[in-house]
Amino acid sequence: MSTTLEVRNLRTHFFTRAGVVKAVDGVSFTVGRGQVLGLVGESGSGKTVTGFSIIGLVDPPGRVVEGEILFHGRNLATASEEELRHLRGNRIAMIFQDPMMTLNPVLRVDTQMIETVLAHEKVSREEARQRSRDALGMVGIPSPDERLKSYPHQFSGGMRQRVAIAIALLHRPELIIADEPTTALDVTIQGQILAEVQKLAATTGTSLIWITHDLSVVAGLADEIAVMYAGRVVEGGEVGAVLDAPFHPYTVGLIGSVPSRNRRGEPLRQIPGMTPSLLKLPAGCAFRSRCPRADEACLAMPDLLELRPGRRARCFHPHLEGAGA
Amino acid sequence: MTVYLLRRILQSLMVLLAMSVIVFVGVYAIGDPVEILISPDADQMERERAIAALGLDLPLWQQYLVFLQNALRGDLGRSFVFNEPALQLILNRMPATLELAFGAMFLSVLIGLPLGLYAGLKPDSVGSRVIMAGSILGFSLPTFWVGLMLIMVFAVQLGWLPSSGRGETVQILGLHWSFLTANGWMHLAMPAFNLALFKISLVIRLTRSGVREAMLMDYVKFARAKGLSPTRVTFVHVFKNILIPVVTVVGLELGSTIAFSVVTETVFAWPGMGKLIIDSINVLDRPVIVAYLMVIVLMFITINLIVDILYSVLDPRVRLESKA
Ligand SMILES: Nc1ncnc2c1ncn2[C@@H]1O[C@H](COP(=O)(O)OP(=O)(O)OP(=O)(O)O)[C@@H](O)[C@H]1O
Ligand code: SF4
Ligand SMILES: [Mg+2]
Repeated sequence: MSTTLEVRNLRTHFFTRAGVVKAVDGVSFTVGRGQVLGLVGESGSGKTVTGFSIIGLVDPPGRVVEGEILFHGRNLATASEEELRHLRGNRIAMIFQDPMMTLNPVLRVDTQMIETVLAHEKVSREEARQRSRDALGMVGIPSPDERLKSYPHQFSGGMRQRVAIAIALLHRPELIIADEPTTALDVTIQGQILAEVQKLAATTGTSLIWITHDLSVVAGLADEIAVMYAGRVVEGGEVGAVLDAPFHPYTVGLIGSVPSRNRRGEPLRQIPGMTPSLLKLPAGCAFRSRCPRADEACLAMPDLLELRPGRRARCFHPHLEGAGA
Repeated sequence: MTVYLLRRILQSLMVLLAMSVIVFVGVYAIGDPVEILISPDADQMERERAIAALGLDLPLWQQYLVFLQNALRGDLGRSFVFNEPALQLILNRMPATLELAFGAMFLSVLIGLPLGLYAGLKPDSVGSRVIMAGSILGFSLPTFWVGLMLIMVFAVQLGWLPSSGRGETVQILGLHWSFLTANGWMHLAMPAFNLALFKISLVIRLTRSGVREAMLMDYVKFARAKGLSPTRVTFVHVFKNILIPVVTVVGLELGSTIAFSVVTETVFAWPGMGKLIIDSINVLDRPVIVAYLMVIVLMFITINLIVDILYSVLDPRVRLESKA
């Protein structure tokens, strides 16, 4: 299996007046060709910033300060803006969280699609229009010819997200970064979109990074999972294995807080305490203040280690009990 | 759209009627023109004959009804001073003022929009700081002082531009226009810039804050994530969105520009409506004052209507609502 994207020890910091916000501070993962990586973590853990770092869209006062973003072996962290622009929307596409905000309200859908085609390929307007129409049809928008002439506000939220997905698909990208694209939608539409994206990824060999805080979405969709906490990946591995027997106490807590059919009747366990402020993270493991296993060892920062083949975790006292010796 | 338009026009007529009452009563309250118009030596008989001739002997409400009746026929009274129809007098001066006002609006967009765009895109650069400081000056310096300074520098010291009047005019449809001759342009430049100064500052600030707001929006980030060139992101995605508030404000400001061109017209001896109204107030030429105010009210109403329509052309969301 060839690797589409490999992120190594990525750090993206925001230099604000209040101090340095280490929004991403040690993120590593790989995404293989045609694979789906689920990037999970609670609000503020740095998922979106990771996504923007990959396509080089971190705005000041933020900056990628360290790490490598290897796209087919090419390091995007040091690539020129011009080079990145040719990748964006072309070979790497991104879909945003809030479909109500991603389309420009004063431009017609055809304008916003055709410009995307023309940004990367020299084709006639007519051909660009046909491709846009085909893309709309592909994501399940009825009568795409008419819909092309509409403005975004004439679509529902679900339909708008389909338009955004259609735009992402225009150039058959090798990688799509989907930032919680279904969170703002209701459950049935969520399901439809998930199924369609999965199908598209499988048929076109597109790799996906699916950002979410919803473990059940990841369980059904992803091949690999990377769990983020306070700007760091704390656990990574094959999705089934991680969800069955998580190593990291944070992942354990996260799974425990999700309602499940197998544990019906048992109370849901919330992870105690609050996410620490990124501005003044204490030294050592960031999960320390909330972790039932914490001890003096955790005053130092654990590394992300491969504890079992294909299973990585960043913890001094991982839950290895159930995983065999 | 048609229903919407009809409703708006009806509303406008109501406003116009209400304003006519207010204007009439207001002007009536500011003094007695008889004292100014009739020579103190005139005897009682002459006085009364003059008062009757001017219709000033009737009670106020009757005077208003007569005024309204005449107004519906397009007659806003005769000037006490010039003994000409007041409306005619104003309309003759209107081209000069319109020319000045449109010249000023044109300048404010031509200068304000690019400067505001630059200041919004590069908020921390030295250039932006200079622009913003300049816009504060534009807001706070009094128009008449700037006008006098302009005359000092460009007319007196450098001798580049004439200091007063309209210069050569060309007659079209019975009205005189100076923007059609080179000499007219020379005369128009300074007063138009003087009048524009405040608006330039306004457009700069409006554009800058619009750009800064838009740059933070998801749709701009998404446009960039599509791989569009920075030029296209700025001039299509950002620009089309900030055009909405700018057009609205500039449009609404047109009315006040016309109304407040009084100062500039006085400084530059520009023979427009503003100068006429100042002269008429000095001699309490009531019909002219009332007619002027009515014309200004009508203009404001019309401009608001046009801005609303333009707004709905620019913003597809408004278009839909008014259809529904
Ligand atoms: N422009 C910025 N300036 C300062 N801090 C920022 C900026 N953008 C993001 N951050 C910080 O980076 C951290 C990570 O944000 P990010 O949006 O990546 O979280 P997330 O995991 O996507 O959360 P969510 O699930 O809520 O979308 C947050 O704590 C946020 O405060
Ligand atoms: S390193 Fe220590 S504090 Fe951090 S998760 Fe592991 S056990 Fe808990
Ligand atoms: Mg996010």
